[in-house]
Amino acid sequence: MNIIVCAKETFDTETKIGLNQDGFIDESLVKYILNPFDEYAVEEAIRLTENEEGQVSVVSASRKDPSQALRHCLATGVDRAVWLDCSGLNAADGHVYAEVLAQWISAQRYDLIFCGKEAVDDGASEVPSRLAEILDLPQVNVASKLSINGGKAEVRRDIEGGAEIIEVNCPFLLSAQKGLNEPRYPSMRRVLQAKKMAIEKVKIEELGLSEAALKPFTLVEEYIMPPPKRAGKLLHGSHQEAVAELITILKDERKFI
Amino acid sequence: MSILVFAEQRDKKIRKSAKEAVSQGRFLADKLGQEVAVLLIGSEISTQVAEVEKYGPHEIYLADNQALELYNTETYSSVLTGLLSQLNPGLILMAHTAMSKDLAPRVAQRLGAGLITDCVDIHLNEEGISFIRPFYAGKILARMKIATPMQFVTLRPNAFPPAERTGKTVIRRLDISLDDPRARTVRIDRLESQGPDLTEADIIVSGGRGLGENDGFALVRNLAELLDAAVGASRAAVDAGWIDQQQQVGQTGKVVSPKVYFALGISGAIQHIAGMGTSKCIIAVNKDQEANIHNIADYSIVGDLYDVVPVMIDQLKAVP
Repeated sequence: MNIIVCAKETFDTETKIGLNQDGFIDESLVKYILNPFDEYAVEEAIRLTENEEGQVSVVSASRKDPSQALRHCLATGVDRAVWLDCSGLNAADGHVYAEVLAQWISAQRYDLIFCGKEAVDDGASEVPSRLAEILDLPQVNVASKLSINGGKAEVRRDIEGGAEIIEVNCPFLLSAQKGLNEPRYPSMRRVLQAKKMAIEKVKIEELGLSEAALKPFTLVEEYIMPPPKRAGKLLHGSHQEAVAELITILKDERKFI
Repeated sequence: MSILVFAEQRDKKIRKSAKEAVSQGRFLADKLGQEVAVLLIGSEISTQVAEVEKYGPHEIYLADNQALELYNTETYSSVLTGLLSQLNPGLILMAHTAMSKDLAPRVAQRLGAGLITDCVDIHLNEEGISFIRPFYAGKILARMKIATPMQFVTLRPNAFPPAERTGKTVIRRLDISLDDPRARTVRIDRLESQGPDLTEADIIVSGGRGLGENDGFALVRNLAELLDAAVGASRAAVDAGWIDQQQQVGQTGKVVSPKVYFALGISGAIQHIAGMGTSKCIIAVNKDQEANIHNIADYSIVGDLYDVVPVMIDQLKAVP
């Protein structure tokens, strides 16, 4: 079984975000990690191929070098890591990245495509479905359980208040949700080994994409810092008094309850 | 720029967030001097037409077919693509839900259209229409435009208040012919908790590490039930195994925007605040006076939640 995992390097979720003088996100403050949802995708791919023939390839399409995230994937146990180097593009969005990934993937052999259900930076959850559409594959997004047998899969897809149970045959695209598995920590030995492994780099100019495919559909006009929270009110007194004041505020003043 | 709204139903009931989307569609159509149409997909859902009509669409297209009873990417995409190709609207609105997150990018790609997800505000002026959406889970906002003639937007639940409207609505039934989907939705498994949905709830009561033990959520649930609220949790509580991860609020969980958010025993990690910071009123109960949650709360009580919450429950029960 050959599995391709699409991964993204993203900022650490603990990072504080600010704007620089030009109104762009100040990247000097940001620490980069593998997108947390992609960790579940990588882990699932490794588990599925552990006891059988096959290869796990992880691929990332980005303007910035994602080596840190890709090395983490190599240390975890993927066989191959590829950066689709989009640094030649002035701008890119979910549509562009889906086109780039699809172009590279369509020349590979695969049984499954895995992604994270969304990247925690833009939270758009756009690329997996666009990618599945371009590749003409069935998709199952937000998967929290996968069982697969002889090319037939049953997938649990999380929805509000429950889950859809979906049956689908390989090949298909799955986007991973927390709960799918418990990602492993790579051993120090593997981390050191991964440092020596090669990351393949493919310039997107070599992929033969049309101009239309590389034109973003959306553009950011400006970034805005959210308005600062006004200072809150500490409710004093005994618990009885504090709660009584709170309920009066919620009920009579703000009419919430 | 005419508008089409996809109005989502689950279990033959129009979602609250779908009503918000229809209402926003009508509001924008009035401003633009345009019409708004609604697409309803499901099986035996004609009773829901009246629920949608209240929000003043000019037309409702009804795709009512047994094969459409459960959501399926392929069948729903096929119906939506068919109608969009026929009507060719400039703007397609949906609520930002599990269904639309799956459906919108698939159909947008098929039609060569741009998509903005999780939109929290829409600006309309002489420079055209632009959309505000959060990045980095709300730590920053961006004002964005879509460059394609057809523009897809999913709206964050609870961000666009609905308003009922009067007016004439034309109902049109769609003829449906569907291929068998490759990925088949065989059933839906429901979670036990049957309170309101986390992303759509007006009130959320969330528990964190301060609960200290699995049974702590019994207290959280008691308060939630009394307020007809949804139950949420911090990542710490989920990782401790006290509650299903579907209830997690935060950057790697759900992003919510209720009217009132109770944070009980939650420290207020940046990761959690990213998921609930836009709540209209945040109430914190935490015994640690220095906890960050007190810095972002509208109202804070410094105290042990096991002392404070029972008082809340008693006093709320006494409220007429």
